[in-house]
Amino acid sequence: MEPTMSFFSGFQPSDLLYLAEAAWRTVLISVLSISIGTFLGAIFGWMMYEGKWAAALTLGPVLDVFRSVPLIIQLVLFYNFAPMIGLNLDPFLSGVVILSIYCASLVANVARGGMEAVGQPMRRAARSLGMSYWQDLRYVVLPIGGRAVFPSWVGVALGVMKDSALVSVLGYVELLKASQILITRTQEPLLILTIAGAFYFALSYPISRYAATLEKRWAS
Amino acid sequence: MIQIRGLEKYFGTLQVLKGIDLDIPKGEVLSIIGASGSGKSTLLYCINGLEAIQAGTVSVAGTDVHAKGTDVNKLRQKMGMVFQQWNSFPHLTALENVALAPKIVKGKSKAEARDIAAKQLKHVGLGDKLDVYPSALSGGQQQRLAIARALAMEPDYMLFDEATSALDPELVGEVLDTMRLLAEDGMTMICVTHEMSFARDVSDRVAFFHEGVIEEIDTPANIFGVPKSEHLQKFLSNIR
Repeated sequence: MEPTMSFFSGFQPSDLLYLAEAAWRTVLISVLSISIGTFLGAIFGWMMYEGKWAAALTLGPVLDVFRSVPLIIQLVLFYNFAPMIGLNLDPFLSGVVILSIYCASLVANVARGGMEAVGQPMRRAARSLGMSYWQDLRYVVLPIGGRAVFPSWVGVALGVMKDSALVSVLGYVELLKASQILITRTQEPLLILTIAGAFYFALSYPISRYAATLEKRWAS
Repeated sequence: MIQIRGLEKYFGTLQVLKGIDLDIPKGEVLSIIGASGSGKSTLLYCINGLEAIQAGTVSVAGTDVHAKGTDVNKLRQKMGMVFQQWNSFPHLTALENVALAPKIVKGKSKAEARDIAAKQLKHVGLGDKLDVYPSALSGGQQQRLAIARALAMEPDYMLFDEATSALDPELVGEVLDTMRLLAEDGMTMICVTHEMSFARDVSDRVAFFHEGVIEEIDTPANIFGVPKSEHLQKFLSNIR
């Protein structure tokens, strides 16, 4: 048996794989939360637009709470208090729940803005052609309003992806948590945080490039 | 045939239509003139059900527009409407703008809808602009696009809400020409307009609106030649 045991060992190539796996988990929780959040947010936004004051009085304040309270507090509160009402969720699912609601609260306002951007005259023109309320929403409001607020939505989506790092406080091993683990072992914070940052950049940059391309195509 | 009886319309406490009775037989071209805020445009919105009414009835081809069980979406297919602001769908090409409603509302096939759209666009003189986006069209062209879009639903009636008011003066002519063409084709048309020459030359009857009532309705010759009401005389003298 070795007389001494080394606690620390340097950065190894296999650690890169470990980080890549963690990055994949970041992608997983982000994509899931952004998808659910966008879907819910679009519905909330529509309710706030159509419901006017009724929704503004009920839904508005609730979404305001989720938008205003720091995400890390929401995560810790939910993860620790959900079991009291019989919800035993693992860190991943807790993260998805809170990130989705957080994302939805941001998207709701974006979506409402998109509907307002389309304007009453355009919608009346659509309805005057015999389109139903839902056809107007699907074929006129969604594409026109959606394009108008697409840049804001991309901003929200990228923000949520980065904020997903906070789920690490619950013990979910995504990119940031994995980096922390490696830092503890290797004692090379600079190198590892740089690599983690590069991973985040590699995830968001293609999205913002693709978004820019789309916007350019729509503008022409 | 459009039949309006005792139509009253309020915006909040403000009464904008104070009991309108009007019959528009098929094939007629009716122009509605009058000062801004006299309720002309509101009448059009009430005819195709875009605005609710508070009293009276509007019936189009025998169907009560505002009755509870009426399928307004179906009814509106019979009534094309062209607005002051042309409201072209900016994300669609000219052809797609026109083909959209036939496809999704009438359930035409993609090919059929495109054929109809191409035909209507040629009809309004935009045959060479099929694949152009609205942003690349002038105001006059966009308004003709809006007319083609309404015509693609093969309506029996066309409602024009100040279709030329938002246009630069040099673009008014092309839109009026398109409207003339429609009138010659025998389309039933209600045109809220500030273009007196159009009202005089093209319409069968002219209605003068004043503060929510039809103060005078007659042939163009009589309206412009021998106006009876004091308000109409004043309105016409202000325009000339």
